[in-house]
Amino acid sequence: MKKLILSAAALALSAGMALAASHSTIRMGTEGAYPPYNFINDKGEVDGFERELGDELCKRAKLKCTWVTNEWDSIIPNLVSGNYDTIMAGMSITPERDEVIDFTQAYTQPDPSAYMALSDSVDITGGVIAAQTNTIQAGFVAQSGATLVEFATPEETIAAVRNGEADAVLADKSYLAPIAAEDSSLVLLAKEELIGGGVGMGLRESDGELKAKFNAAIQSMKDDGTLNALIAKWLPDSAPF
Amino acid sequence: MSCWDTIQAYALRSIGIGERLLPKSDFTLCQQFTLIGSGLMWNIYFGVLALTFGFFLANAMALAKASKNPWLNRPANWFILVFRGSPLFIQFFLAYFIFLRIKQSGALPWLTSAQAGALIVLMLNTAAYSAEIFYGALRSVPKGEVEAADAYGMTGWSRFIRVIWPTSMRLAWPAYTNEAIFLFHATTLVFFSGFPAWQQRGDALYYANYFADKTFNPFIAYPIVGLYFIALTLAITSIFGLINRRLNRHLPREKRPRLRFRPQYIR
Amino acid sequence: MSPSGGRTIFSYCTDPETLGRLAWASCYLTTGKHMGLYWSFLTVLALLAITAPTALLFGFGGAVAARSHFFASRWFGRFYISVVRGVPDIIFFMFFVIAIDQGLEWARHQILCPDWTEPIRQGNDFRVCPAAKLPLSSAPQWVHEVYGFFTAVLTFSIVFGAFAANVLFGAMQAVPQGQLETGAAYGMSRRQTFWRILVPQMWVYALPGLSNLWMILIKATPLLFLLGVEDIVYWARELGGSKTARFSDYPHGDWRLWYFLGLLVFYLVFTKISEALLERLMRRLSRGQATLGATV
Repeated sequence: MKKLILSAAALALSAGMALAASHSTIRMGTEGAYPPYNFINDKGEVDGFERELGDELCKRAKLKCTWVTNEWDSIIPNLVSGNYDTIMAGMSITPERDEVIDFTQAYTQPDPSAYMALSDSVDITGGVIAAQTNTIQAGFVAQSGATLVEFATPEETIAAVRNGEADAVLADKSYLAPIAAEDSSLVLLAKEELIGGGVGMGLRESDGELKAKFNAAIQSMKDDGTLNALIAKWLPDSAPF
Repeated sequence: MSCWDTIQAYALRSIGIGERLLPKSDFTLCQQFTLIGSGLMWNIYFGVLALTFGFFLANAMALAKASKNPWLNRPANWFILVFRGSPLFIQFFLAYFIFLRIKQSGALPWLTSAQAGALIVLMLNTAAYSAEIFYGALRSVPKGEVEAADAYGMTGWSRFIRVIWPTSMRLAWPAYTNEAIFLFHATTLVFFSGFPAWQQRGDALYYANYFADKTFNPFIAYPIVGLYFIALTLAITSIFGLINRRLNRHLPREKRPRLRFRPQYIR
Repeated sequence: MSPSGGRTIFSYCTDPETLGRLAWASCYLTTGKHMGLYWSFLTVLALLAITAPTALLFGFGGAVAARSHFFASRWFGRFYISVVRGVPDIIFFMFFVIAIDQGLEWARHQILCPDWTEPIRQGNDFRVCPAAKLPLSSAPQWVHEVYGFFTAVLTFSIVFGAFAANVLFGAMQAVPQGQLETGAAYGMSRRQTFWRILVPQMWVYALPGLSNLWMILIKATPLLFLLGVEDIVYWARELGGSKTARFSDYPHGDWRLWYFLGLLVFYLVFTKISEALLERLMRRLSRGQATLGATV
């Protein structure tokens, strides 16, 4: 379970914040628990790929932005309810989500989902696969023949593999890769699953103007190569545009 | 798919019988009621079993606490302090950690499943709360009844089992009813903290959470859980009321203590 | 809530990898993130301090309504008490905050923007006029935080107010009839009897139930993170989770066990202190009262 949160977090203001208060602030909602996309750094601030990208997008769109964290479970209900204006939380663009909210164009290529296990030889079709509750990976495993075991947080899914509760964990490759790189007992399997689309910024369907601004900003970062530079810095395993 | 088909497919889904895949789109109210109701079976499972086992443990703990022997009353006091003084949420988390360690050492692998592990935590938790209730009741047994038992020549075990214990149960019953209700409410925490759900078999809150996530609307699924629990609470109150009537059947009608749902104990 | 930002307390903390164990620990425990944890203890205590009297107020209102002679308010009072108490508190926590927020914004919208023509519900979106937003989107972050804290207090108060109403309802019934009749004999009106006799006398009967309620309230605080308040459980999970060297200067394994053990100790100590204080309060209140507690 990932639960509701409205965001009480004081999560630091973006660099371009000292501008005059002529324009109201755009509140950027994120989860803050999904490195390298977004996480809370040692200082207690939102950090990661989406923080850096979002600040740059706001600068290009000449918007004043502030970051707030919200639990994953209620991140969409709180957006449509107006508690913040955008979602940048490693959220893949899916048809179901697209029915409820709008997405900008994707700012990452579709990220494959990878399996991480204690050895190469685990049986991912008949074994026990851990996934975070209410993720596209959990939905995928539920449909495959494997036995799904769901945990509330990504942290717990990794712990389940380490302590033998699950044979493997299925999650976004860019989330698993840094963990596997530092822990020699964990390996990424060769088999990958293409489940979600690319990651995009979520907005309310009635916020067409804001969506156009961010779309233009993303396009300009794609055009001048700065987006690829950010992807290379934070998501080395992900394909550039 | 008609509502009857939905019920056939999903009514027993929480114990693994019926349709393997949960509904993915076009969610109907019928699906939500059926699956959440299906999950309610686990809430009842945890509630009934934890209450049954906890009842015996609580009686033992209450006696130990009332005992003058420090080897008995000290551990009982600590047990009650730890389980009454900390949130169930944290107890679940720590227990799952400990159960994992035990499993890794090669013993008792079934402890990490919610069916066994969470049941043990709930049982210990309710035992601690009930022990405090029973202990209070033991101390308020009227002296006159004990003296009457003495006058009949009863001593020791027979005095306890035939006079003191039945009276203390009568005194404790209203508060114990509340404890039972709160225990059932507490079962919603099982899959919410600590214990993982296997193959999407969870309790009522688990399925409500699933629907709230898929429909992006918290205002339908959670109130359904609420409705189910109101019904469950009513059922518990009437069952405990029947037992209460039986416990007090020797009293004239107007003297029988009425059961009142008072929030004396919770976690 | 507000961590101390980018500063480190100790000057030697710039390169933690090179430090000895003690110095490392002193740096680790003073990161901005840990300040968030320490701050959250204060948040929880402040929330308890504000929620307790607010819930009592709700409870008093509920109890008075449930005793009322008007059918509608009696029905409302009893409905509030029995429905809220029949449902696990966690269920309310799952959707109340959004409901309260939307309710307040809707009401403000009706008052502040009577000329607004667009519908509030646009498909899935809930849109009120900018002036009705709570807090205003131009408001600084701390206003948003205070507002989040306020909705959490309100949710807790509504839920625990029902429990308090039940206790107070029982306590009002328990005040001996003779005391009330004495009031009437002195020529007091119903209202005077209520405020001058019933209310002062009921507390001694209510206190045991209210003490229990306070204990219950303490033990419900681990669910605060559901209400959007970054409480101690949120930070314990965040800090205890394993950290890789790529994203933190203080990489470590899964330390959640230690953080949760810390929380366990906090709650045990807090419960113990509360018990002792309530015991003293009970003894003072029972002085001069015709109850068993006073004769002991």
